[in-house]
Amino acid sequence: MKPVNQKAWWLILPVILCVAFSAILPLMTVVNYSVQDIISPESKVFVGTEWFSNVMRDQDLHAALGRQLIFSFAVLLVEIPLGIMLALSMPADGWKASLVLVIVALSLLIPWNVVGTIWQIFGRTDIGLLGATLQKIGIDYSYTGNARDAWLTVLLMDTWHWTPLVALLCYAGLRSIPDAYYQAASVDGASKFAVFRYIQLPKMRGVLVIAVLLRFMDSFMIYTEPFVLTGGGPGNSTTFLSQFLTQKAVGQFDLGPAAAFSLIYFLIILLLCFILYNWMQRVGTADAQEGQS
Amino acid sequence: MNKKRLQKRSIFLVVYLVLAVLPIYWMINMSFKTNEEILSGFSLFPRTFTFDNYKTIFTDASWYSGYINSLIYVGINMVITITVALPAAYAFSRYSFLGDRQVFFWLLTNRMTPPAVFLLPFFQLYTTLGLMDTHIAVALAHLLFSVPLAVWILEGFMSGIPREIDETAYIDGYSFPRFFITIFLPLIKAGVGVTAFFCFMFSWVELLLARTLTSVNAKPIVATMTRTVSASGMDWSLLAAAGVLTIIPGAIVIWFVRHYIAKGFAMGRV
Repeated sequence: MKPVNQKAWWLILPVILCVAFSAILPLMTVVNYSVQDIISPESKVFVGTEWFSNVMRDQDLHAALGRQLIFSFAVLLVEIPLGIMLALSMPADGWKASLVLVIVALSLLIPWNVVGTIWQIFGRTDIGLLGATLQKIGIDYSYTGNARDAWLTVLLMDTWHWTPLVALLCYAGLRSIPDAYYQAASVDGASKFAVFRYIQLPKMRGVLVIAVLLRFMDSFMIYTEPFVLTGGGPGNSTTFLSQFLTQKAVGQFDLGPAAAFSLIYFLIILLLCFILYNWMQRVGTADAQEGQS
Repeated sequence: MNKKRLQKRSIFLVVYLVLAVLPIYWMINMSFKTNEEILSGFSLFPRTFTFDNYKTIFTDASWYSGYINSLIYVGINMVITITVALPAAYAFSRYSFLGDRQVFFWLLTNRMTPPAVFLLPFFQLYTTLGLMDTHIAVALAHLLFSVPLAVWILEGFMSGIPREIDETAYIDGYSFPRFFITIFLPLIKAGVGVTAFFCFMFSWVELLLARTLTSVNAKPIVATMTRTVSASGMDWSLLAAAGVLTIIPGAIVIWFVRHYIAKGFAMGRV
């Protein structure tokens, strides 16, 4: 158990100030918007929870939320296992490790609008490598015309873009496992899978928690890449929550409803992350106890 | 590890790396082409090899100053983040206090606000403070997501260091600052390196806040890039060249912290 020490508050105070500086006022302003009808900066009418109940009943929002949930869970299902596999297969040291690390990290460093733009060309069947290759092998592919293709392209782009984040975190977690664990496992004649399941996976739990939460919340707010790549189309197939919100806030300039929407959006992410976090903590603790007994 | 298994893993790794590099290769490919060539047809190599796009970026002040502006605020952001996150992460990993779990989770919730609507209050806040279009404004705004991430990652590292080390040092008569700087920091320098990379990365590629808070003097490279979209048609090749150049600073950062990642990240949180 950690010792109780209320003075530790002094150590976290700078962090709280730094974050609160940019967090509290904007948040309160948005709360303020969300309960008013803003006709112009001078004339505002208090409307209470009207926007909230409007937003909650909005059918388009439900559809966008559904698409968003499916997309985010697809992202987790693809990127987390792929990231773990990648981390397991990366060399542990030497020049190869350095080289692989740098290559793996490259996609993370490209600004998001450039990511979208590059994939826009990359996926075109006439001038892009991906599109042209798919066309060659006889797949009728078009990310602008076909809803399924567009969705899969966004998922593929996200996988390419963000799997390295999961891989880097897991890789670093793996490197911290002392050799003694592996030696003990080989003395016991443990299978490859057993080593993964009972040594590597539990040791990676901490970094996996961070990776899962980051990927979940970031994919839940994905905006720039699909906006540049598909503009939300065809139809609404790749209009995820964030883009839907932006259409409301900027396109129609409905500040009140958009603010109410933002807050509901924020609470959904918060709730889902909280559930994920607690679930992962519990699974992890149960695992640890199982390992000890 | 038996041979066959090793081979299977290497094959998987090589296949992944090749696939991952393809879009980047396409970007590099585009950056050496002219716009006409990009749009006229499919070609694996630039036929009319040109450095014009890079020349434009290196000679046009509105382009290269974008890189400088970005580097400045990313640098400020990294320094502030690491400085405030280190003691906080130490507090979270070593002590329990009123509301510790709640504050810890609250920090992360600041990464969860959808930007679209929050941009306007940000604009108002920074205008009121007279900080608009300064590097410090963007750096401060980016603290919102870099500090929570840094605290979470650093806390993981610190929890991996046994508490006996602290106690021994205190018994030996070390003061807290001296212990922290001379004993504790070297133990977790791996974590500091990795945290620095993630701070750099997220601040470097962030577009919406950086664009909202700047206009001329502190305009970041990511915002300059959006300009090519609205100009007469789309300047694909110039954008690709700028994209290639945005990778380089980050690649240098990861090159410097690679040993830390390989050897020591996340001794904790395990």
